[in-house]
Amino acid sequence: MSKVMLEVNNLTTKYVTRFHENIYAVDHVSLKVEEGKSVGIAGESGCGKSTLALSLMGYYFPPLHYTSGEIIIDGQNISGMDPDKVRKSILGTEIAYIPQSAMNALNPTRKIIHFIQDVIRAHDPKATKEEIYEMAKERFDLLGLPEKVLNQFPVELSGGMKQRTVIAISVILCPKILIADEPSSALDVTSQKMVIKMLLDLMDHGIIKSMIFITHELPLLYNVTDDIMVMYAGQIVEKATAKEAVFDPIHPYSKGLMGSIIVPESGVRDAKLTAIPGVPPNLKNPPEGCHFAERCKYVQPQCTAQSIELRHLEGDRSYRCIFSEEHLREVYKND
Amino acid sequence: MTDGNDVVLSGSGLTKVFGMGRQRLTAVDHVDISFHKGEISSIVGESGSGKTTLAKMLLGLISVTEGEVYFQGKKRDISTQRKRKEYWKNIQAIFQDPYSSYNIFRKIDTVLLDCIKMRNGNRYSYEEKYELMSEACSFVNLKFEELTNKYPFELSGGQMQRLMIARIFLLKPKILLADEPTSMIDACSRATILDMLMKLRDETGTTLIFITHDIGLAYYVSDSVYIMEHGVMVESGCADDVILNPQKPYTKRLISDVPKIHEEWDLSTVTYK
Repeated sequence: MSKVMLEVNNLTTKYVTRFHENIYAVDHVSLKVEEGKSVGIAGESGCGKSTLALSLMGYYFPPLHYTSGEIIIDGQNISGMDPDKVRKSILGTEIAYIPQSAMNALNPTRKIIHFIQDVIRAHDPKATKEEIYEMAKERFDLLGLPEKVLNQFPVELSGGMKQRTVIAISVILCPKILIADEPSSALDVTSQKMVIKMLLDLMDHGIIKSMIFITHELPLLYNVTDDIMVMYAGQIVEKATAKEAVFDPIHPYSKGLMGSIIVPESGVRDAKLTAIPGVPPNLKNPPEGCHFAERCKYVQPQCTAQSIELRHLEGDRSYRCIFSEEHLREVYKND
Repeated sequence: MTDGNDVVLSGSGLTKVFGMGRQRLTAVDHVDISFHKGEISSIVGESGSGKTTLAKMLLGLISVTEGEVYFQGKKRDISTQRKRKEYWKNIQAIFQDPYSSYNIFRKIDTVLLDCIKMRNGNRYSYEEKYELMSEACSFVNLKFEELTNKYPFELSGGQMQRLMIARIFLLKPKILLADEPTSMIDACSRATILDMLMKLRDETGTTLIFITHDIGLAYYVSDSVYIMEHGVMVESGCADDVILNPQKPYTKRLISDVPKIHEEWDLSTVTYK
């Protein structure tokens, strides 16, 4: 078994609204990312994917608050650490984050090299301009980005190039874990492929040790990651390898989600898309018991009676449902 | 289905040129396109291929540099505001970003009431209007009682996009042009939205035109597919032919770039430009 880079145990974080209501956007999430592995997080919008990403890197600025659980990055426990301290000592070197609209994250009045200087000087105030330039040049070469980008303004770059530049900047200090939050959702397929290739290259070159990849595009997730976790209303409802999650989902929600995949392959046109009816629950008043119960086709009265625990299967597979694996498979067969 | 008589909308030699002199840019270059009644067509291309410009010309939102648009066999005439309004009763659009499609100061009721007014004038009593609005909302699986007296920002993206379809249901246009209708919403609501658009086609006989960069989606929904590259139509035909047996290198590359689940996604061919 290889080294565990990131370990999260029962992490719970909440948003506090103006009216002092607690919204538990990440609810008892546990996960483990091993060295050299990438983990994907799938789910609808509003299910807590991005909040989980922010929580993992200790970015607790109001209205987001830390409640309980532990986050251990390569042996170092950062849970409950002061966010300013986290920013100085953890971000960039231990864990790095590519936000959703990374392309718009660049200040249009500054050159690319200035952003790199900012990142490096935040951790090493004594670094000289020349050192930084050399380092950046080397890294850009390795990642197939032209050197002239360093002296260009963000507006001079195309969307795909901007996205790749942002990724290169965020991994300049060789973080152990990279969290990529929808890195390619605003790009067309060709640039998307380039961005994905670059992320996988980073892993190959050992610049990043492991990756957490967040997206709602399931075919992409299937191709990029080793394991997939499906989130629903702040909870993890299923954890499996990419292949199992896509072709053999157990939880009814994952089943519905995988039924909504569209790819340009023969046979897709005859398959009926399964849309899950209804909307996710409002987490201000989370439902009793199973969060998915009110949208579930196979709901039983006992589903809403008690809170549902994760059931562990052999391998590293688990799912959150009251029914046994055999029962669910039987139900799907009869559909 | 395609006997030439049931063409509702067509364009011949459509060209749009932006700027002049050194800045001159031909966004759409002599495109011939025709849409048949009740058919679903998709225009597919990467960003910057001119697909949205083509859509805007078909909608009459921007002028046509060269070429002509024919609507129901006749030359389209949108020279005056009144004629334009008449044209827009027949062709409607859903845009990419549901968040910016609404006037944030107006309630949802007003959006729907405007549509009823545009379609039927002022003939209805309030009860009848209420009836129509709830019918339209239930068509897209929304509850009108929950939406009334709300402002657009109180809805989620999927709900907003669905409300856009409810609006189309009230207007019952002959043609619906959907410009990237699902790119801002997640995969799960995407299935819902597509289901609703298909249902709309089946119930009202609307001709649907999808503008998209998502080839999987184009393949799933459409009868015919048009592929655009840099303003030029490179390949067109029946969806099965174009997607499963692409002829042109551009189409081949485009399709191989989409992540798939049954076939392997080849990343080794990627070269950084």
